[in-house]
Amino acid sequence: MSQPNSPVEDAPYLYEKRKAVYPKAVDGTFRRLKWAIMLVTLAIYYVTPWLRWDRGPYAPDQAVLVDMAHRRFYMFSIEIWPHEFYYVAGLLVMAGIGLFLVTSAVGRAWCGYACPQTVWTDLFQHVERWIDGDRNAQLRLDKAPWGPTKIVRRLSKWSIWLVIAVATGGAWIFYFADAPTLARDFLTGQAPAIAYSTVGVLTATTFIFGGFMREQVCIYMCPWPRIQTAMLDEKSLLVTYKDWRGEPRTHGLKKAADEGAALKTGDCIDCLQCVSVCPTGIDIREGPQIGCITCALCIDACDTVMAQIGKPRGLIDYCTLDDADIEKAGGQSAPLLKTIFRPRTLIYLGIWTSIGVAMLFALGQRTRLDLNVQHDRNPVFVQLSDGSIRNNYMVKVRNMETRPRDVELVVTGLPGAVVWTADTDRVEGRSSVDLRVAPDSIRKVRLFVAAPAKGDEHSEFKVTVKAKSGHEKGDSDEVVFERPEGLDDDEGDRE
Amino acid sequence: MAKNDKDFGPRVDTPTGTEFVGHEWDGIEELNTPLPRWWLLTFYACIIWAIGYTIMYPAWPMISRATTGVTGWTSRGQFEAEVRAQTAKRAPLLAAIAATPIEALPTKPNLMSAAVEGGKAAFKVNCVQCHGSGAAGSIGYPNLNDDDWLWGGDMKALDYTLTHGIRNPDHPATRVSQMPAFDGVLTPAEIAAVVAHVRTISGQRKADGLAQQGAALFATNCALCHGPAGKGLRNVGAPNLTDGIWLYGGDAATLTQTIKMSRQGVMPRWGQKLDATTIKMLAAYVHSLGGGEANPAPQEVAVSNVPTK
Repeated sequence: MSQPNSPVEDAPYLYEKRKAVYPKAVDGTFRRLKWAIMLVTLAIYYVTPWLRWDRGPYAPDQAVLVDMAHRRFYMFSIEIWPHEFYYVAGLLVMAGIGLFLVTSAVGRAWCGYACPQTVWTDLFQHVERWIDGDRNAQLRLDKAPWGPTKIVRRLSKWSIWLVIAVATGGAWIFYFADAPTLARDFLTGQAPAIAYSTVGVLTATTFIFGGFMREQVCIYMCPWPRIQTAMLDEKSLLVTYKDWRGEPRTHGLKKAADEGAALKTGDCIDCLQCVSVCPTGIDIREGPQIGCITCALCIDACDTVMAQIGKPRGLIDYCTLDDADIEKAGGQSAPLLKTIFRPRTLIYLGIWTSIGVAMLFALGQRTRLDLNVQHDRNPVFVQLSDGSIRNNYMVKVRNMETRPRDVELVVTGLPGAVVWTADTDRVEGRSSVDLRVAPDSIRKVRLFVAAPAKGDEHSEFKVTVKAKSGHEKGDSDEVVFERPEGLDDDEGDRE
Repeated sequence: MAKNDKDFGPRVDTPTGTEFVGHEWDGIEELNTPLPRWWLLTFYACIIWAIGYTIMYPAWPMISRATTGVTGWTSRGQFEAEVRAQTAKRAPLLAAIAATPIEALPTKPNLMSAAVEGGKAAFKVNCVQCHGSGAAGSIGYPNLNDDDWLWGGDMKALDYTLTHGIRNPDHPATRVSQMPAFDGVLTPAEIAAVVAHVRTISGQRKADGLAQQGAALFATNCALCHGPAGKGLRNVGAPNLTDGIWLYGGDAATLTQTIKMSRQGVMPRWGQKLDATTIKMLAAYVHSLGGGEANPAPQEVAVSNVPTK
């Protein structure tokens, strides 16, 4: 990592200053893959809130919207209510298992390619190279005293960073409100304070984490590297320096050519390109380490050098610990597909897929008309003047569609039941009531059910909600009708 | 425990060049790896923040109470401010309820449901002592859930009963009636006959000679208030004796006691304790419990141009 300190002689030190990293620009397969992933992830992040999706007049037309105020989560054709939060929980479980799957198959690919910290740091470093020049120019500028050039360079770099940071924080809030309206309100100073503070906090974190903290976030702050390291096994792909091929190193191509015949030399010419391009500033030749986010840029750098000195590519390459042992012994490593598809990854894939399929199935089966009936307990029953008994029920009808619904509440299984609400008159012999439920809302109704006093102390019956039009299956709830104790014995004269 | 305690000075881990702390667990030793500088700065920043916080807010425990902090913030003060804010927020709704005649309240679903909720809260404070937390009453205290009303169960009648109470002797507008005590007026045998008649018309007993004898006594002594058929009279709060609901009990012993000694239930007049809006909300709540009656005809004509339901 670094040259050994000698703390015995030095004054005791309490802190370690960040060692600045000046990653060099590089081109190659993995760099191009990173470009593509950066483009896709940033595009998804910035564009998603602006996509529109027509849901009719009673619901917002934003394709992806987390509507905290109204407790709804919209994602294209799916609308999630708070009581369906298990879909979100399921997605989180899938994300977790997906991470297990990816990590056990291809190592810390999340860290290296898709993590926002990596993507934004990468973006910030490109800006840095664009303003300050590549690694050597950056080193020179850093060492140079403050002068007009340095001030202009720094200010322009920081301004561009700040613009990116504001855009990042700004995009976040659009997921929580109608994007065009919020954008207008935000610019005219009429947006809620929480919008400004959210943008402020995210701007600050983006600016600081992407511009200054960078690999410190990965090494010291983030728990994922530890967790991911624990999930790796000897069959996971790691960025590996093939020391059995590279060692002993020779310094420079010429020396290698000169001495190649006499000495047994490795392929590594100690050009330090792998160290120069590393965004976390490590030397991959020291072996697997926590600082390696497996971004594979050192593979690109080494491949370029190998091509120049006429050696085969892959001195630094994705390789499992098992394959490293096999190759070291002179054998042939297992084919890539066989490495990736092994029992462990297949089990993860199986679990991941079954949760996904189960959720899709549940999504297809869910009813958008939901009923919940609760018996009033205080009082449990009411004696009516005509001698019958009344029970009250708190009925909640959830209309989860974005149109008003005319529904019917039907009571079945309770002989002689009469049903009414505060809004409908009691009509003898009627065991159903009609209701209109506003779009995307819950209608709470107190349902009055009267039945003859003669009967069981606890009679179970069923309340069903049915749409007046269409033939979708409704929802029903089993509830109990309570009568006073011993009414049956009370008949006749006991005088 | 360091293994080489005879060594002087800190030992240094050769591969990393970092000194050991001196702790060892089963051969695994802890290195004195320095903290990152930003971490340390964050730590100091937290300390500075904490000092500022203890100056601004109540923090240090003293003998009788904690330091108050320069902002003077208290949790009680915050609570009171929140209550004030809520009261201010509710004011327009209460004003709208106050401005709406009670018989027009059901035509405005928003106001009605707010009134029912407000009434529910007021009921829990003022009424549950007698009528019970579910308004189901008990012996001598009417069940407000049922469909039997002594003085009327429409919103206006409920509002009147709440405002003026029942049998408040010092208040002329109060609802009042007086059932005589028949002990001494009727002989015990005659009382037994009236009881038999009342239990017959309420379907608890088969008609017989005793009941017929009671019917004659009922017509002369009771029918003035309770009506010839015993259906009651709301003007005087005389209960319907033919239905299934009894305020004190419909069994022979209780009825005998009621006729002998009479009953004089009292309800306070809430007009002197609660404001008119709260009483209006209480009426709405009681009306919503399931036995509420429609407003009397004249009021219905008056609001008939308003679409209902």
